[in-house]
Amino acid sequence: MNDSMLKEKGSVAAEAFHVESSQNVKFRISNMDLHYGTFHALKNINMEVPEQMVTAFIGPSGCGKSTLLKSLNRMNDLIPECKITGEILLDGQNIYDPSTDVNLLRKRVGMVFQKPNPFPMSIYDNIAYGPRTHGIRSRAKLDEIVEKSLTDAALFEEVKDDLNKSAMSISGGQQQRLCIARCLAVEPDVILMDEPTSALDPISTSRIEDLVLDLKKQYTIIIVTHNMQQATRISDITAFFLLGDMIEMAPTANLFANPKDRRTENYITGRFG
Amino acid sequence: MRTYFDDQLNQLNREMIQMGSMIEQAIERVCDVLRTHDVEAAKAIVRGDSEIDRKERDIEALCLRLILMQQPVASDLRMVSSALKMITDMERIGDQASDIAEIVSMPIEGEIVEKPAHLLTMGESAAQMVHKAVDAYVSRDVLLAQEVIESDDIVDDLFVQVKEEIQEQIRTSDDPGMQLLDTLMIAKYFERIADHAVNIAEWVEYAVSGIYKGEAL
Repeated sequence: MNDSMLKEKGSVAAEAFHVESSQNVKFRISNMDLHYGTFHALKNINMEVPEQMVTAFIGPSGCGKSTLLKSLNRMNDLIPECKITGEILLDGQNIYDPSTDVNLLRKRVGMVFQKPNPFPMSIYDNIAYGPRTHGIRSRAKLDEIVEKSLTDAALFEEVKDDLNKSAMSISGGQQQRLCIARCLAVEPDVILMDEPTSALDPISTSRIEDLVLDLKKQYTIIIVTHNMQQATRISDITAFFLLGDMIEMAPTANLFANPKDRRTENYITGRFG
Repeated sequence: MRTYFDDQLNQLNREMIQMGSMIEQAIERVCDVLRTHDVEAAKAIVRGDSEIDRKERDIEALCLRLILMQQPVASDLRMVSSALKMITDMERIGDQASDIAEIVSMPIEGEIVEKPAHLLTMGESAAQMVHKAVDAYVSRDVLLAQEVIESDDIVDDLFVQVKEEIQEQIRTSDDPGMQLLDTLMIAKYFERIADHAVNIAEWVEYAVSGIYKGEAL
């Protein structure tokens, strides 16, 4: 990475992005800082994530985008030296408030990872796992959830005769859709996706991208991606991060056609990163 | 980083400069033959138009290749897409210069009727606009592009003047009308050339600033 380019400041200060008044704000992040020990990983982040839209986080490796994503359902709680200050409001409630039920938060804010991570059990049990832990025991109810989740994740037709087959035996693309279905089974509000297609072939990638566009009708989706074309294809809003700062956030078409900050321009055109 | 991409963008820039200078030369030569009535020179301009057409196709292919291979974004996307739009106007300018040259190369029966006083001024103004529009692209100069857009009114006013002069000539000269009609056509071609220069300048403005006709695309 070229240091002079990183230090270069944009000629125009990017205006803060605000969700339109007709749109609900799902997450409101204010003055948020995150430290891993002495390392300042996220610096004074202020952003609004609109409901039922796809928001993409982009930026070079180590810029803090995945760290921010994980902060949204408190996955960072598992890292002892991680310290967060500021506020993250989900539907107006601070998720870092001591009264927050973290299990309930993670039910509302699901996550899909870079590498498909099905549990080593049947397709059916993968989907039923979440609802069962939330107390659903009725077989008929579980059947209904499994079918609906797999259908919504565009996988049901492919696996409906093999629901008892091990989830490890299906293809990588199918496994990733299974993980999305598993996430949908607990009826979340938000789906966080951390590079969900980086391990998939182009056909599986395009199926997941279509799925994201379908899912945004019901869910708020935040996706971390290194694929600029993917961000332009599926996201409504894009936020660009660099060295722990959020540099620019704007409607995706604007950010990719006419970025306001020189650093955004340099990154998306491949001049560094 | 991105060496090959930058090479391709530099090549696009060079090709645009070349096409720009080809059309500028065509208009300058057209103004010359209007002064000199040199039929052979006029025919050479008509023949030269195919070179401009070929250059347009080359640039078009290069832009499509760039889009396919590099999937440009931000200023790269704006430069490539603007080039793709500009070459259509540049090619039309070449056609219109060739149309004027064709009129000049036609045999004239009887005496040559004197051209209206402002016809050449109009041609020179249109040529200036084209020159500046191409220059604005090469130097990424929004202010120069805006200057071109504003100067369209000058050529439009000159067109009105030329029409009045032709009207006067119809009243007073013995010409059966053919030459004066041709002169009116020439004036109209110059007026169109100026309009194409404005289109080019508008795309230059977009390429540099992201704003096209006052709106963000």
